[in-house]
Amino acid sequence: MNRPDTRSSVARKGPLGRLADFLDDRTGYRAVMHEALYERVPGGARWRYVWGSTLVFAFMTQVITGLFLWASYSASAQTAWESVYYIQHEMTGGWLLRGIHHFMAQAMVVLLALHLLQVVIDGAYRAPREVNFWLGLVLMMLVLGMALTGYLLPWDQKGYWATIVATNLAGIVPVFGPSIQQLVIGGTEYGHHTLTRFFALHAGFLPGALILMLVVHLALFRKHGLHAKRPFTRPDAMFWPDQVLKDAVAMLAVMAVVLGVILMPALRAMLAGEPVHAGHLGAELGAPADPSLPYAAARPEWYFLFLFQFLKVFEGWGATGEFLGAIVVPGLIMGVMFLMPIIGNWRLGHRFNVAFTLGVVAGAGLLTAMALNEDYYALWVDKAPLAEAQKLYDETGGDETKLAAALGGDTAKIAAVEKQWKQLEKIRHSQAFLDAAKQARLDAARAIELAGRPEKIPPAGMLELVRADAKSQGPRLFAQHCASCHAHVDPRSPGAEAILAKASAANLFEFGRASWMRGLLDPAQVAGPAYFGNTAHKEGDMVSFVQGDLADADQWKKDDIEAVIVAMASEAGLADPGVQPAILERGRALVADGERCGGCHKLGDNGTDLGSAPDLTGWGTRDWLVGIITDPTHARFYGDTNDRMPSFGKAAEGAAPMLSPQQIGLLADWLRGDWYRP
Amino acid sequence: MSGRTADVGPGPAGRRNFLAELLAIACGGLATLAPIGAGLWAFLDPLRRKGAAASFLPVTELSALPDDGVPRQFAVITERADAWTGFAAEPVGAVYLRREKGSGTVEALSATCPHAGCFVEMESGGRCFRCPCHNSTFTLDGGIVAPSPSPRPMDALECRVAKNGEVEVKWQKFRAGVAEKVVQ
Repeated sequence: MNRPDTRSSVARKGPLGRLADFLDDRTGYRAVMHEALYERVPGGARWRYVWGSTLVFAFMTQVITGLFLWASYSASAQTAWESVYYIQHEMTGGWLLRGIHHFMAQAMVVLLALHLLQVVIDGAYRAPREVNFWLGLVLMMLVLGMALTGYLLPWDQKGYWATIVATNLAGIVPVFGPSIQQLVIGGTEYGHHTLTRFFALHAGFLPGALILMLVVHLALFRKHGLHAKRPFTRPDAMFWPDQVLKDAVAMLAVMAVVLGVILMPALRAMLAGEPVHAGHLGAELGAPADPSLPYAAARPEWYFLFLFQFLKVFEGWGATGEFLGAIVVPGLIMGVMFLMPIIGNWRLGHRFNVAFTLGVVAGAGLLTAMALNEDYYALWVDKAPLAEAQKLYDETGGDETKLAAALGGDTAKIAAVEKQWKQLEKIRHSQAFLDAAKQARLDAARAIELAGRPEKIPPAGMLELVRADAKSQGPRLFAQHCASCHAHVDPRSPGAEAILAKASAANLFEFGRASWMRGLLDPAQVAGPAYFGNTAHKEGDMVSFVQGDLADADQWKKDDIEAVIVAMASEAGLADPGVQPAILERGRALVADGERCGGCHKLGDNGTDLGSAPDLTGWGTRDWLVGIITDPTHARFYGDTNDRMPSFGKAAEGAAPMLSPQQIGLLADWLRGDWYRP
Repeated sequence: MSGRTADVGPGPAGRRNFLAELLAIACGGLATLAPIGAGLWAFLDPLRRKGAAASFLPVTELSALPDDGVPRQFAVITERADAWTGFAAEPVGAVYLRREKGSGTVEALSATCPHAGCFVEMESGGRCFRCPCHNSTFTLDGGIVAPSPSPRPMDALECRVAKNGEVEVKWQKFRAGVAEKVVQ
């Protein structure tokens, strides 16, 4: 190589210069550096050439942050979520590290698209660069593969369900599909080996292959030189420092965007004067994966949304449709892209390539927009003009014949309303997604709250803790098993009346507390829908007692009733802490008194027999609630006057009970508001 | 070699490029600093973590320890936190307890070898302690038997007998390989 003799002035060199000479003599590093840096850029440095370099930078960022994440990540179904939680919420700077890795992955997909667009538009795939173009396409698939595998690693709900879908789609490939699927998930069930395999793919096989290909990609790039875009408006320049400067500025800009996305919520919170929780910055962490819990908020990462939406085009086609949408069409598109260097040789071939690529990008953009619109439709649609149609829908239950009758056979009007019904259906779909997404955020926040307990996470993993949590499991169990009769709504909240009217058993909101007991002992409420109004006890002894004796100021003084209320809340262990012992004593005596409550109700050893009315001993306690949910027909509760409440904990011969003891306990704890609070 | 020049070196062009070079290095350096910085920040997290504070843990009943001067091994059982996992009480180590004839006090020795941290065992004859790793040998009261790779005697642990007759040991770990007994 003909280069200036940099050693001609050895005598004047300091120790550093001599060390450099020593190293150069033995390694020839100067020639390598020279070759790497002094590449001619025909027509001068340009911004349009930065995409490849930013991609390399993004990949290096992923390697660096990935290695550091690796130092703290543990791939197993019992430790993946837990270790990611620890990184995100307990390790200093973990949120930033994970945030950079998460958002740089997304930036990388965008940069890939830009790089590909620029290469196709500039025709840089043409001879002699065909092989490098193909390598680029393979690199793109490797990057997308890393995105797909990385999504699962936190083992949270969204990663878990997205992976179930992705691997099931792989399973529909003819002949080898099921075997591929089984190999990827490491068996027939998703678990430890799904994670170890995805992790090995994500951090080993795929990046290893990518580095090999990238080396060849870059070597070929240098061999062919930069594909300069004509016409040249400026003189040729050197790669270093002209183009490197532009590349470095672009890299810094990419990193600034990534950091901006991570830190934006912190800035917003600071401006609003709210505290900033570092753990809540950066990448989100959902609730731990739970195969037993429906997850309606399941969506792939945004850059795969177009594929997700594309599958819907083939809705109703069954397995053939999925095969077409998930395998054949994307395969054909990739096929055309691979053929581009050959197509480009034909007359109009280049124009076809550009049009095709722009078409695919536009199509993907459109599908993404459609997917987002379907999910978030309810947020931006104006619901006011649909009120009439909604009313008709509620009245007719969506039945078209009933609608025709209601509108007197006015076909134009019927058609208009039916069109609005379609819109309403879209809103319902969207609302269901939004509700599920909101629930997912609540579940995630609760899981993170639980993981931060001083007792930490049990060795069996986070899921065990979540499943034993009354706050998150109570509402689910209640909705599933109790809400068909009982309401659980704050009577003062808006819309409570309508909910109570629909209920056919007592409102259990704040059951066991003074507020609940005060309503029961209120002559105006006891026969209302929040208590016995919609039950067989509507005309029972308790109702007539409250509306008769209790309403008679001569028999029951206001203070006495209040003392009873406080005593009952205290019996449940849910009284206000400031209650005076004297009032408690008095209330308890009144309840036990055979002339008053004790005439029907047992309380401790007041001598009243079981069977006439529920035992008030330990009323509202966990034990009492577990008892009544287990078997309300027990003599301790309603005996043979039980209305319709099933015995949830009692099994018929040879069958399992409707609820396990653990589930009944969770319901009791939830009704009492007994759960972990930080 | 069309895309390469051979005549770029220190010269007027090089000096004009000085600012560009500086800016390029600054921008590239800053951009690269983010992932490295965030990575190191998280990687150094263990340095700010401290071990659980030493506390007296019940190990056995005084009545279960014969007063014959022969050390006996007992497991130390306590709750343990490992990164994100909280373990209920489980064995975390072992101590040797020893009681002289007629004595109400108990001596406790950590079973961890002060040399390199292996588990010191009683020799089969019961005459001395021996570490299976590098053959450090100790007398039954923990003293060094020369020549020994261990720089100090076995680590004595603070030990007391509670009113209810339970033998309690202050469970501590000491730095291995040094002559002084330094709490880890």
